[in-house]
Amino acid sequence: MSGKQVTSWLILAILTAAFIIFIANSHWVEASLRFLFPQEEAVVLPRASLLEFFWQHVQLVAVSSGITIMIGIPLGIWVTRTSGRDFLPLVTDLTSFGQTFPPVAVLALVVPVLGFGFQPTVAALVLYGLLPVVRNTITGLKAVPWHYLDAARGMGMSRLEALFAIEIPLAAPVIMAGIRISVIVNIGTATIGAIIGAGGLGSPIIAGLIQDNLAFIIEGAVPAAILAILVDQFLANIERLFAYPAQA
Amino acid sequence: MIHLQHLVKDYGRTRAVDDLSLEVTAGEVCVLIGPSGCGKTTTLRMINRLIEPSSGHILIDDQDISQIKPERLRLSIGYAIQSVGLFPHMTVATNIAVVPKLLNWEKEATSQRVEELLRLVGLDPGEFGHKYPGQLSGGQAQRVGVARALAADPPILLMDEPFGAVDPLTRERLQYQFARIQQELKKTVILVTHDLNEAIRLADRIAIMSAGKLVQYDTPETILSRPANKFVHDFVGTDRALKRLSRIGVEGFVKPANPVAITDSISKIAAVIGRQPSAWVVNGDGRLLGWIDRKSLAQASSASQVLVAQTADEVAISRGATLHEALSLMLGQGVKSVPVVDEQERLIGEVSLSDVEAATVETEA
Repeated sequence: MSGKQVTSWLILAILTAAFIIFIANSHWVEASLRFLFPQEEAVVLPRASLLEFFWQHVQLVAVSSGITIMIGIPLGIWVTRTSGRDFLPLVTDLTSFGQTFPPVAVLALVVPVLGFGFQPTVAALVLYGLLPVVRNTITGLKAVPWHYLDAARGMGMSRLEALFAIEIPLAAPVIMAGIRISVIVNIGTATIGAIIGAGGLGSPIIAGLIQDNLAFIIEGAVPAAILAILVDQFLANIERLFAYPAQA
Repeated sequence: MIHLQHLVKDYGRTRAVDDLSLEVTAGEVCVLIGPSGCGKTTTLRMINRLIEPSSGHILIDDQDISQIKPERLRLSIGYAIQSVGLFPHMTVATNIAVVPKLLNWEKEATSQRVEELLRLVGLDPGEFGHKYPGQLSGGQAQRVGVARALAADPPILLMDEPFGAVDPLTRERLQYQFARIQQELKKTVILVTHDLNEAIRLADRIAIMSAGKLVQYDTPETILSRPANKFVHDFVGTDRALKRLSRIGVEGFVKPANPVAITDSISKIAAVIGRQPSAWVVNGDGRLLGWIDRKSLAQASSASQVLVAQTADEVAISRGATLHEALSLMLGQGVKSVPVVDEQERLIGEVSLSDVEAATVETEA
């Protein structure tokens, strides 16, 4: 790891710590919002502390993105292998379809099956986030120039060895870009989970919309935005670990 | 020994390789050459089973390779393609270590081997081991490609245009370096190229292919002097007499050069030069320093005053060079003879234009 990379990890860690310390201190949160909205009767949703909403939100995103990645990458790999090539059009169609569906509509569809709360929200988020991961995995693997594979196979690597030693590392930047898009979109979309009782930063936003209280909306929206920026930076740092010097 | 027996490869209705039989003697360099689409690369790729023949057999040391698992077969055959085959996300050292790693070599043995190979191809392990292929010049990348193919010391090397993607000067240097390495290692090499000069320079035997068929398989000398048919005749071109010169080393044609030493007195130099127009000048160790013109001697008081200083790099050829190089140097400098030096740039003699002419006539017969 270069010195530059160490610095960017350090900055990220400091910013994240500062952000969490701030939202963990409910007096600071309330005072800030009170300063912005002196005329509102209540400026923070009393149902739970901001830290609790934040933690619920992180859980929603972590679980759904984790599942998305664990399904999406192997799926993308499989349909670019000989054994799964026939399913390539089907899989790309289905994942595109999953994203054209509004997440609210997905929620409405999964509630009768999975009920209210955490699980149906995760299911909707997974469905919604799958497309960028699968599509970028496929694109990344297909973009690996054939002569690298030819050299790998010609030197005696098995298909599996070539996949892990050559194809995936070379496709990694494109796959990582897909993961980044998926996770960032997920952080925003996860706010709708509040509609069916999954909690998260969507709770103050929706309460604010219903009660026409801008302070509540800001209480949920700003931390969600900051979370997205921090996670994006985190994933960008990971992406840089795969980088190698290209043609000089 | 590699034995190709009646190889056929069909792609749909086109026949890429047509009843090809060929024997490659162990320790020899066999160059497959022909116009593009003649089936030379297909043939090469059948030898490590990247392509399966439609019919026919390939035997390596009398064993039919269709009976060997492809991955195992390939681990015992070095494979070098154009520099683009280096994995861009791995350092030079990791690239070279790919096959040793697949063979589960010890870490220590692998890194020792990597260093040894980098030195063999003339790259400093300390400087280049940690570089990425993207940071290398074309020539350096191709040397790493050769080192990588040699990593596990395979008895057989398959090379597909290994010196293709570099400028002509670098290519020539790589070819000579490869010839030197091959002289030392004595691998069985099958090399595909479309560059006839490369074939003539490197091959023990050249296999000329056309439309999937083997047209002529013989030593470069025979192919140049007795082309089997019109196709080969046209392929080797009208300058085949000239090309043949690059198969002949200068060493058999070196004559004593009668040099003078830089410390010699003017009168002694004048005596040595006699009626010749000039003489080569060497220092006490016999290293070439330049030359002296006879006419300039008249006003001079010491040899260093009238010395036309020139380095061996500029005016001389090494004793490992060919008559082809000697001739191009003569034509380039407009001189009738060139000095020949050894590895330490010590003058060992000279080669004259008339000797080159004589060699041409001799081999024509």
